Amino acid sequence: MGLALLLVIWLITFISTFIFLAKIWWLPTGASAAAAGIDHHFTVTFILMGIVFVAAQVFLGLFVWKYREQNSSRKALYTHGNNTMEIAWTVLTAVLFIGLNWASKPLWASERFDPAKSGAVQVEVTGMQFQWYFRYPGPDGKFGATKPELIDPSAGGESAVGLDPADPASKDDVVTGTMYVPVNREVEVILRAHDVIHSFFIPSMRFKQDAVPGLAIHMHFTPIATGDYEIACAELCGLGHYKMHGMLKVVSQKEYDKWLAAREAEKQ
Amino acid sequence: MATGEFAGHIPHAHAAPQSFIRKWVFSLDHKVIGLQYYFLALTAVFVGMFLSLLMRIHLVWPGVSLPLIGDIKPETYLSLLTMHGTIMVFFVLTTAPQGGFGNYFLPIQIGAADMAFPVLNMLSFWVTFVAFLVLIAAFFVAGGAPLHGWTGYPPLSALQSAGPGEGLGADLWVISIALFCIGALMSALNFITTTLDMRAKGMSMMRMPLTCWAWFITAILGLLAFGVLFSAGILLLLDRNAGTSFFVPLVTVNGIMAAHKGGSPLLWQHLFWFFGHPEVYIAILPAMGLCSQLVSVFSRKPIFGYKAMVYAMLSIGILGFMVWGHHMFMSGISPYTAFGMSVMTMAIGVPSAIKTFNWIGTLWGGKIRFTPPMLFAIGFVSLFVTGGISGPFLAQPVLDIPLHETFFVIAHFHLIMGVASIFGIFAATYYWFPKMFGRMMNERMARLHFWFSFVGTYAIFMPMHYTGMAALLRRYSQYTELAYMHSLAPLNKFITYAAFITIAGQFIFLFNLFWSMKRGEKASDNPWEATTLEWTTATPPPHDNFGGLTPVVYNGPYEYSVPGAPQDYLMQTDAATKAVGH
Amino acid sequence: MQESTSTVSLGHREDRWRGELNFDSRMRRARLGLAIGLIGVLMIFISFTSAYVVRQGLPTFDPATNTLVRDWFSVRLPGLLFLNTIVLLLSSGTMELARRRTLEDAKSADAALSAESRIPWLALTVLLGLSFLVGQWTVWRELGASGFYISTNPSSSFTYLLTGMHGAHLLGGIFALLAAGTVTLLRRPIESRAVLIDIAGWYWHFMAALWVYILCLLEFAH
Repeated sequence: MGLALLLVIWLITFISTFIFLAKIWWLPTGASAAAAGIDHHFTVTFILMGIVFVAAQVFLGLFVWKYREQNSSRKALYTHGNNTMEIAWTVLTAVLFIGLNWASKPLWASERFDPAKSGAVQVEVTGMQFQWYFRYPGPDGKFGATKPELIDPSAGGESAVGLDPADPASKDDVVTGTMYVPVNREVEVILRAHDVIHSFFIPSMRFKQDAVPGLAIHMHFTPIATGDYEIACAELCGLGHYKMHGMLKVVSQKEYDKWLAAREAEKQ
Repeated sequence: MATGEFAGHIPHAHAAPQSFIRKWVFSLDHKVIGLQYYFLALTAVFVGMFLSLLMRIHLVWPGVSLPLIGDIKPETYLSLLTMHGTIMVFFVLTTAPQGGFGNYFLPIQIGAADMAFPVLNMLSFWVTFVAFLVLIAAFFVAGGAPLHGWTGYPPLSALQSAGPGEGLGADLWVISIALFCIGALMSALNFITTTLDMRAKGMSMMRMPLTCWAWFITAILGLLAFGVLFSAGILLLLDRNAGTSFFVPLVTVNGIMAAHKGGSPLLWQHLFWFFGHPEVYIAILPAMGLCSQLVSVFSRKPIFGYKAMVYAMLSIGILGFMVWGHHMFMSGISPYTAFGMSVMTMAIGVPSAIKTFNWIGTLWGGKIRFTPPMLFAIGFVSLFVTGGISGPFLAQPVLDIPLHETFFVIAHFHLIMGVASIFGIFAATYYWFPKMFGRMMNERMARLHFWFSFVGTYAIFMPMHYTGMAALLRRYSQYTELAYMHSLAPLNKFITYAAFITIAGQFIFLFNLFWSMKRGEKASDNPWEATTLEWTTATPPPHDNFGGLTPVVYNGPYEYSVPGAPQDYLMQTDAATKAVGH
Repeated sequence: MQESTSTVSLGHREDRWRGELNFDSRMRRARLGLAIGLIGVLMIFISFTSAYVVRQGLPTFDPATNTLVRDWFSVRLPGLLFLNTIVLLLSSGTMELARRRTLEDAKSADAALSAESRIPWLALTVLLGLSFLVGQWTVWRELGASGFYISTNPSSSFTYLLTGMHGAHLLGGIFALLAAGTVTLLRRPIESRAVLIDIAGWYWHFMAALWVYILCLLEFAH
């Protein structure tokens, strides 16, 4: 039985570790400025925790086999422990865990402590059951007012976000169901929700943030590769949660300008 | 009978009740109440397991219509997962280890005749039982069971219009939880008073078995946490039914403005997780205490670092109240608060690591006996390590960005809380069955059950780390809409097949449990040659546990292989051979 | 209650069987249990306080002006509330007198000096407690009459919530007092009565102190 336990524990450990190392399944390819740092820290954590994982399981398996009762007259070792070892592994574990976390602080700070830089592309992202809408402020750089009484999801577009036509700043606001941004420029998203909590998740951008009704949450990210990136809702929002998805299209600055101009033109 | 020393003899011990109602229904005997809790949890776990099986089937074959249940619509799936989580967390993990085994064995292990307040004990069980009935009733009312997840975040859980199942079903869910809180608070009161006030002579706090420490600390956590959940439940009930706006800001559902404004959805999250994080320690601490017990008994060695184990559990308890923000990194809380909570979260990993080192340290140099309880204890250590290792990933907010709400989280909490705690319950069952029923459980079936469970649960939950890293999101009723999720279908299929096999293996346990009650090999009073007080009693223990006698304790709980002793174990009540150092 | 001479004495923690515990130990255990239970109850009201403080300070998004505004307007508390407070504090006084008398009876050798010639402090406490609850109900009616219902605004929500939850707990206390009264009338052993009345008494005082706290929170915390 001891041998069986050792073999099974070691087998499970080595197979699962191998699959991790072989990256058969892994984080999606990163396409934002933050991705490299996050992925690097993930790898560091993975290696350190992986060593702990393998070591613990190896010793567990080894000991249950090595110290099995074997009908010999060997007596078990009578000891209540070892204070030096306790202190040693407590300190080492604390240094490892807290050190690891502290090393991630600059990354977290740049993601969350600092606001978006001026000149960032502003997009207001609104979640509602079960659709994402994206609003651009237009040439005047101001978002027009919205009124909850004017919200009409069935009409789509501007009505879905409740845009108030009486506000002059609303005139040039563009509302779309697909998110376009130019590559290599910081994007500031202002997250809102109409009904329940949603969460705006773009796996490739390593971007995730809950959209909470009653709050307007400012976040930022910088896409560094053009392409189409799926957007998923990452907070249970009702029966349509599984199909509340969108698309982020990262294009060149020229293409972005063209697209935006075309949307503005449609409004006339 | 036992060799221990007993002080005094009561000429007329309290008479045991005779009528069926007094003996088995409204019993005041902590042993009967413990069994009542246990069988409630046993029922709940099979219901919860069945729900998860339906979920796994639906994820792989979304179009399939199941017998009796029919089509699983998206809202049905969500109600399955809501009820699965609620049933498992409350009625299994918070019920069996503490209400079940704690009730049965805490008084005996400390040398008491019963819990401090037997009537309160009886009431706490029946309140919990009613809570379970109220919860199950949610399936059968108009609109069905709620779909808002076991965490019940408003506004989704606060608005009747937010989805099917958010009507009466959701109200029943809240009421059930509120009742559960009341039962849990009553129980916590009993455990703490009993531990502080009813220990036998010689049973100092530092001579208590680690199971008793675990039950004691768990009760303290429950005392401080369940009141907070209760309050949150009351506020949610009012938002749902009385038009208040504690949690609901101005919202429009499908273009219709709801009659709320000014509330904060985050307020619910703070209250819920202030309870919710200690809750996960409530779920795991008794299993940790038992694991310590079992690795010691079945290695014939004292536990490595008893004091460190006690301090570790105390630290886990205290720190457990300072980390709740790690469930809210992406919720919209201040990033500074988030980072502070994450440092505390990494810190709480330290005492857990110490305990793991000490379990492995106990095995080192031991004489290991591979009894069924020991198999599950070893399995517990392995699963605790695996589940624990994913913790430091999630604890770092910057890594939580890609991992939050994915299957990585599901893998983490199932391994470290679900499976590990369940292994603790299995281990406890195999270990204490002889004392409760006078017979041994069948060893062959037990071993088979172990292998199914150990390999099976790894097969189910290890792949979820991979799907989680690949950004597969939880609480999705199907994975057909997002292209990047399609490639994960084979892995999902593998998980479902593993679930089928693992669940099948649990029926071996169920059969063994009931079969052995009648046909199991008769057990002696101390079949495991263990040292703690429950093994000094008759089997099963009489109504007042010690037959009118009061135990006197001379030794610590883990005196195995003491040099110079006549046997390789020293009962706690054995005065003849004094142990060294305790 | 007999003492078995062959029992090892454990000092004040002597315990052989629940029915045979000596009076001091029973009292100690009951009080310990109550203290622990009250911590649980306290956590409920601490949570409500936390929600109260958070909600008070929370700005709300006002779509009419597109800005964040404070929407906390404290409800004016009816004067009856303060009268009710006095009633409750008085009941704490009568409760304490009942508690002490019963304890004296339990400790004295001659327990036959029973309730015949005594002022029924316990009954008075129940009466005052019920008056308090009726008074609270009246306060609710007054608030409703001036247009403040539970859903009117956040301040009114918390007013109803806190007074309601406190009232519910006080009602539980009244049931405990009625049980104590019943046990007295049925002439149960004086020591059992004393434990029950002692526990009910401390619980009652806790409820009075909790009420004063709630009142201060509602009245002064802005």
